[in-house]
Amino acid sequence: MNASADSSLRFPHRHLLGIEGLSADAITMVLDLADSYVEQSRKPDKKLSLLRGRTVINLFFESSTRTRTSFELAGKRLGADVINMSVSTSAIKKGETLIDTAMTLNAMHTDVLVVRHSDSGAVKLLSEKVNCAVMNAGDGSHEHPTQALLDALTIRRRKGKLQGLTVAICGDVLHSRVARSNILLLQTMGARVRVIGPPTLLPGAIDRFGVEAFHDMREGLKDCDIVMMLRLQTERMQGRFVPSIREYFHFFGLDREKLSCAREDALVMHPGPMNRGVEIDSELADDIDRSAIREQVEMGVAVRMACIDLLTRDLLENAP
Amino acid sequence: MSKYRTAYVNARLVDPASGLDAPGGLLAEDGKIADFGAGLFAGGAPEGAETVDCAGHVLAPGLVDMRAQLRDPGQEHMEDIVSAGHAAGAGGVTSIVCLPNTEPVIDNVAVLEFVARRAREVKLVKIHCYAALTRGFAGRELTEFGLLGEAGAVAFTDGEVAVANAKTLQRALSYASTFGHLIVQHPEEPSLAEDGQMNSGEIASRLGLSGIPPVAEVMMIERDLRLVGATGGRYHAAHLSTAAGIDAIRQAKARGLDVSCDTAPHYFALNEIAVGDYRTFAKVRPPLRGEPDRQAVVEGLKDGTIDAIASDHAPHDQDSKRLPFAQAAFGIIGLETLLPLTLELYHNGHLALADALALLTCRPAARLGLAAGRLEKGAAADLALIDIDRPWKIDEEAFRSKSKNSPFDGRPVQGHALRTVVDGRAIYDAGQDGEDT
Repeated sequence: MNASADSSLRFPHRHLLGIEGLSADAITMVLDLADSYVEQSRKPDKKLSLLRGRTVINLFFESSTRTRTSFELAGKRLGADVINMSVSTSAIKKGETLIDTAMTLNAMHTDVLVVRHSDSGAVKLLSEKVNCAVMNAGDGSHEHPTQALLDALTIRRRKGKLQGLTVAICGDVLHSRVARSNILLLQTMGARVRVIGPPTLLPGAIDRFGVEAFHDMREGLKDCDIVMMLRLQTERMQGRFVPSIREYFHFFGLDREKLSCAREDALVMHPGPMNRGVEIDSELADDIDRSAIREQVEMGVAVRMACIDLLTRDLLENAP
Repeated sequence: MSKYRTAYVNARLVDPASGLDAPGGLLAEDGKIADFGAGLFAGGAPEGAETVDCAGHVLAPGLVDMRAQLRDPGQEHMEDIVSAGHAAGAGGVTSIVCLPNTEPVIDNVAVLEFVARRAREVKLVKIHCYAALTRGFAGRELTEFGLLGEAGAVAFTDGEVAVANAKTLQRALSYASTFGHLIVQHPEEPSLAEDGQMNSGEIASRLGLSGIPPVAEVMMIERDLRLVGATGGRYHAAHLSTAAGIDAIRQAKARGLDVSCDTAPHYFALNEIAVGDYRTFAKVRPPLRGEPDRQAVVEGLKDGTIDAIASDHAPHDQDSKRLPFAQAAFGIIGLETLLPLTLELYHNGHLALADALALLTCRPAARLGLAAGRLEKGAAADLALIDIDRPWKIDEEAFRSKSKNSPFDGRPVQGHALRTVVDGRAIYDAGQDGEDT
């Protein structure tokens, strides 16, 4: 029996601000429920009426197409009304916008607020000012919890488990909220985590995260079950953190030769959008035997459905 | 014509400069210390004087806070000379040296005299000014050290901005030595601190915030010390936060250079853990460091390397702090918490009472050449009557400062000013201010 059949399950958090603080049980609850939503999303009639009348607002202070679309689909498939709000941080005076926007949305009786912001901690700050459930869709270099959950769901469906796997997270770990959330989630679920990248792209005191750090792809990928590539943003490849794209791809880009150091059945993942030829070989990215990249997108909708469902359950139950 | 006299009887006189620590009394007459000493007024208060019964509490020189930002002129909604005066009074502070980062910047005689005149009119705490080292803190053209010095500037600094250009600092040290002026540096290598939000390390990495590495401090100090050696200038490194920075000053002193340094309470009373979950009230520059650095600050205070504790008072309104961490302003207010947090060092057994008070009185005053910070016949009666043991809880709601940005809200501390006296006149009286005693 999966979680969807048991609608009495309660998520023990009011918001989803990060993986930090989530127990293995809470993570498993999300993943189990998401499994059922994968099936639901494969049906011709994908729409449920579970959240009819509820309002989900996607509040994006940083541009994003895929994540916003994924949340939008998730909300709509659950039957909620979904509104997208894009707020350009440069256009309006910073900060004031955040609190002011929160106050405005509060007055609109929003049920779930999905927030992306370019500053670490901004989503948490906003969550302190509103009365609805807040989901972090990525805050600065801090966390991106639904990405880590969808990655976990992808891995669990392919490998049948998370515990005991060796996962390598490769590339720009320093700026990556995906990496931080994944490190926390994978460790909570009993996986071993490695990070691989040049020292300029690894966070300070990374050894204190309980991960193994490597600066050599071949060495770091040895015996790995999962190879997670991270996106390297253009402005970071041209001299500030690495000297050039070509040098980066040569040493840290994933190609078949480097991948051959990992386990034979190692799975390649990428949170998207990919820089083909920068962090990953284009043809490898499209190889459905090795790459789970397209599957990750599908799992994204299911995981976000599960999260919205669980957070609104809690609210419904506790509503005054 | 009768003189205005106040007799402080039944006091524990503590004068860190002379080593005096004895039961006694003090007579203030027309704003000056007319007499003081062990056993004075043992036989009773003199005729015709207002009598203050100190009830055995410490009567010490008023505190000299060598580094505070007053926001006046320019940002009076965050703080002004009146609110800062009341905050200082409640903190036992009788002299403040304010940073020149007002609007406009104190980089010319007119602004300097404006602040001085305002302080005289307000008649609360005494206010001295640093003048900017370069015009508009731009790091290029020196200000008029000589004229500003004659107008009362006590030293020269670009405040919260490091003088990054070595040539500029070399010229400043060299030119200031014409007049014997002190150069005060914010020691932080700007390129390493760029975009930094808190101390580098595990916590910054976990929070996804860019770090300011501890090495940014010592690098700037070591460079500066070379220039001090080459020019023979007088140099002071402000708010030290790292073991390496303090050690560089320690060694420079041993080599005989004319250098000094201060720190602020948050660097020995807190560490980077106070940032916790993006607490912007703990966002300060230099950033709160790791525990080993915090301990090194305590050691630097104990062995005398650090010459003073300054409040580093940096008022900010809510709009500057209720923001995502990266957008929030740097700074902590400190006028009202300087004394109790420094007394923690005494209560914890790190410093003798006189040594703790010396860091707040005679030592900064001597370094800046201020006639303050000691008990002396004929000197201004700038005094602090302190209950050094009184337990209380820091409460941001009770702050007299216009700003509330203190990470110490709720902290239990010991020691509070009972009465703060400037030129013989009480600017603060705990009893009259309705404090629970």
